[in-house]
Amino acid sequence: MFPRPIQKSSTAAQWVYTIALPIALLIWLFPLLGVALTSLRPASDLAQGNYFGMPSGIAWENYVYIFTETPIGQYMVNSLWVTIPTVIGAVSLSLMTGFALAVYGFRANILVFFMFVAGNFVPFQILMVPVRDMTLQLGMYDTWYGLALFHIAFQTGFCTLFMRNFIKALPFELIEAARVEGVSEWRIFWYIVLPLMRPAIAALSVLVFTFIWNDFFWATVLTQGVDSQPITAGLSSLNGQWIAQWHLVSAGSILAALPPVAMFFLMQKHFIAGLTLGAVK
Amino acid sequence: MFGVYVLWPIIQSVTLSFYDWDGLYNKDGEFMGRFVGMGNYSELMTDPAFETSLWNNLKWLVLYMLALPIGLFIAIFLNQTVRGIRLYKSLFFFPFVISQVVVGLIFAWFYAPNFGLFYLLTENVFGQGTAILADPDLVTYGIIAAGLWPQIAYVMILYLTGLNNVAPDQIEAARLDGAKGWRMLWYVVLPQLRPATFIAVIVTVIGALRSFDLVSIMTNGGPFGSSRVLSYYMFEMALGEYGFRMGYGAAIAVVLFLIMMVFISGFIWKMWRDEKER
Repeated sequence: MFPRPIQKSSTAAQWVYTIALPIALLIWLFPLLGVALTSLRPASDLAQGNYFGMPSGIAWENYVYIFTETPIGQYMVNSLWVTIPTVIGAVSLSLMTGFALAVYGFRANILVFFMFVAGNFVPFQILMVPVRDMTLQLGMYDTWYGLALFHIAFQTGFCTLFMRNFIKALPFELIEAARVEGVSEWRIFWYIVLPLMRPAIAALSVLVFTFIWNDFFWATVLTQGVDSQPITAGLSSLNGQWIAQWHLVSAGSILAALPPVAMFFLMQKHFIAGLTLGAVK
Repeated sequence: MFGVYVLWPIIQSVTLSFYDWDGLYNKDGEFMGRFVGMGNYSELMTDPAFETSLWNNLKWLVLYMLALPIGLFIAIFLNQTVRGIRLYKSLFFFPFVISQVVVGLIFAWFYAPNFGLFYLLTENVFGQGTAILADPDLVTYGIIAAGLWPQIAYVMILYLTGLNNVAPDQIEAARLDGAKGWRMLWYVVLPQLRPATFIAVIVTVIGALRSFDLVSIMTNGGPFGSSRVLSYYMFEMALGEYGFRMGYGAAIAVVLFLIMMVFISGFIWKMWRDEKER
């Protein structure tokens, strides 16, 4: 184990470590804490220049205000409408592509696989003009499904990479044995491979959920109005209206950050497994 | 589907970059673009805004690499088994989970003139506050610092898992030979962290070149366009207030794509080799 376990050092060093940990964390998360605090500060405090002192009271009304006076609730619903279909779509598609690429050794296999990998790293900007144009032509501009459809397509690249590597790591003898028994390919996929994929599916879903929820670029390119803009784009336009009303900006930010953070804490194990497994393999 | 939304648009974009097009069709649905050959590219060569963006992209690339040593440092710091360390690790990872929009807003608040913490800090140290987002010379560094925050968290997680997989017997053996501290890190641990480092470099490069959200949220490319990066400049040209110069925007995107392609092919090449070895 590197570095040397702290339990083996002197008691003094152990004390320093235990104290240093929370302090380091505090500094690291300081900007976030500051914003969280500001979001609960009454507007009058800010007007009087009391930015960092004790707040004169806890102002839940900031949150009430953004919910009642701005369409932030609608934005969040829109985000869900984009995110959930994308997670389902991308994960189920990539299950099949991943299975095909991992199990069948057809000639273009490697080529197709690398196409998916490369597509994953392409800068969004090169896709922007044609995708926007296509979405317009199909009459899906400014709708949740137009945005979700693109996300499904793009995320499938990453998910396929992930799924393929995962299926490759499964014992191939299982599939061989089933084939000898005369089980059809479709049933092999459904009854043998799929149950083994559960951890991968969970990890990918969490990951894709965060990616899509946090997406800002495509949200600005493909949507426009309150009816379809997800929270990231919505927050950005609200920010334009709330110039220097930092208590509102902060409350909005915290709200937008909440779902992925909650997701992360609920599915922590899967999340980190996803980030590292998909990548390091 | 992937083909329709990803592969086909790339080809279309490249073609489009040879045209001068305002994004409209005439009423019969015909394409209205005018072929200008390399015109867009030669215009780019003399465009000062393009040059600024390119330089800024370079700054992003170089400074983003700081995420690697810092991430490694934090990972080593946290790689202990004390009570509650799991919670600490997750909390350190926090910034990566948050949307870049939110990160941008948080840092904008942090840098805000007159009351932002950073402003107060510089005021106390130098006697005069610096409003970093309004200063053309410093603004890019300010945004990069904001971008580094989540990026360090990401790199840290990669290294933490990497450190878990370092072979303990090798460490013990080196320790018996008297290796310590830096030498241990450099000669024994880092070589074993190679896969983690590789991934970290890749995600950092991509992160640096994709930096759009933060620029858009924090400064809109300003002041005076001094914080533009290629990805943002492209967006501005094609959809922004300067009208719809789709062809010109596509040309910028192609340049960005070519830069990225250098790294992508390096990555693919390495994966290809790994596949063959199996």
